[in-house]
Amino acid sequence: MNSATNSGRALPRAGRALPWALVTPALGWTLLFFVLPFVAMAFSSLTPHGGGGFTLANYSQFFTNPAYWQAMVNSLQVTAIVTAVSVLLAYPFAWILAEQVPERWQRLALMLAVLPFWTSYVVRSYSWLLVLAQNGVINRALTGSGLFNEPLQLANTRLATIIGFVHFFVMLLTLTIFANLKQLSPSYRKAAADLGAGPVRTFLHVVLPLTLPGIMVGAFLTFVLCIGDYITPQILGGNNELLMPQLVMMQIGRRGDFPLASALSIILMAVVTIAYLACARWLKIERA
Amino acid sequence: MRALVRILSWVYAVAIFGFIFLPVVVLVLFSLQATSFPIPPFTGPSLRWYDAVLADTRLTSALVNSLLVAALSSAAAVTLGFLSAWGFARFALPGSALMRGLITLPLTVSYLIIGMGLLVLFNWAGVPKSLLAAGIGHVVINLPLCFAIIYSQMGDHQINIERAARDLGAPEWKVLLLITVPVMAPAIFAGFFLSMTFSWDEFVISFLLTRFDTTLPVEIWNLLRSGLNPKTNAVGSLVFAVSIVLVVFFELMLLRRKPA
Repeated sequence: MNSATNSGRALPRAGRALPWALVTPALGWTLLFFVLPFVAMAFSSLTPHGGGGFTLANYSQFFTNPAYWQAMVNSLQVTAIVTAVSVLLAYPFAWILAEQVPERWQRLALMLAVLPFWTSYVVRSYSWLLVLAQNGVINRALTGSGLFNEPLQLANTRLATIIGFVHFFVMLLTLTIFANLKQLSPSYRKAAADLGAGPVRTFLHVVLPLTLPGIMVGAFLTFVLCIGDYITPQILGGNNELLMPQLVMMQIGRRGDFPLASALSIILMAVVTIAYLACARWLKIERA
Repeated sequence: MRALVRILSWVYAVAIFGFIFLPVVVLVLFSLQATSFPIPPFTGPSLRWYDAVLADTRLTSALVNSLLVAALSSAAAVTLGFLSAWGFARFALPGSALMRGLITLPLTVSYLIIGMGLLVLFNWAGVPKSLLAAGIGHVVINLPLCFAIIYSQMGDHQINIERAARDLGAPEWKVLLLITVPVMAPAIFAGFFLSMTFSWDEFVISFLLTRFDTTLPVEIWNLLRSGLNPKTNAVGSLVFAVSIVLVVFFELMLLRRKPA
């Protein structure tokens, strides 16, 4: 970000080979191991399983096979619920950390709030299983206290997948929304108060709209990471209903069908791209 | 009114903290379980499952693999990221914005798809599945991160120091090694340790691109097939401990730049 200021001044003219020698390794790596694989995947998605010739069958399978179609519907539903719930839970929390916690405790409180972020992702999903299983912590507490006679079926459901995801994304969104709230200049609030707005009106008409871009960036990140994730639904959701990443992995693992897996991956990427374009005006991620 | 908001805030914050910490507390607590099931009632404390993890050669060699892949791929990512960040920040290159965009592009693509692409490519090229293949994938995901961190820390004041060194007759390689690297050390270390935490914990790419020798998250995944098991809790708690150490390094490195 600072270096944006560099463009204002005259940089040394790149007359020699040096600057290219500096940037070529990184560019080369990205071209060779990111762009080229993507081209290979696109190419593969147009070949039939077993090779030979070109076909659109992999793509048409997605649109005609209701099971595949359903995986995308499931993915979009779960992702939408997770994003909405995470934003609704994280916003008040970030607000409390930014506004109600004394300044000198804020850094500590925020660090604590994202500490479990750093547990292994696989392990974190697994630990939710300990909490949600038939004889896990929640069910023991419920039956032990006499509230329920029968343990609830929590693990291996869509609810479990959603809880696991929300746990992860509440932490992520708390970070982005907190940063956004802290960047807000206090003079906006003072101005609103001087003009006679109460705290509720100030929040609804000043604070919330000004933090909307931050929410959108966080929500977009949530969307991208959630819809492309295989681990959490596989561990917590079981195989009762498939999400897109599970479907992709199934083509590779069980059937060795790389072309179909490639086609499904590209469709998944297309959905993310559409989501990006839909909220592009809020997202200036590429400038990061 | 104000007092009510305060009380409600406290209740809400405690509830969310509880939600965030619940699985981690359960994980660590039941890693100390004395009996064979990581479920209530708690029968511990006992370190027997930690002993079992350390005696399991599959897990310990996977742990070494993970650390090795994380260290080497992070070193590669931070080197490539640093060189390109310096190049872009110091020299006017045609199409610079586009090239910077290309380097950061992998950040927006899910790991599953990056891993899939590499799998298809390596499959065609006849490259066998290995830790090296997974390491290549880890550089792909961490290079944009290292580049973004280091590039954002390349400020104007460093240009002047470099210029002074050049005026005093230092060749470019000396400017790079004796001036820029030391000045940028906090950002370089921050990029390195952040990459370490991501690579150390990365699952999908390693799962797709390794076969026999593999990393710890993949071995943990294999353990999950045996159902709930305190040994998994113990290894999970160990992974957590290593991540926290790496994060503390990352924090220290990033905080150190402040006095400058």
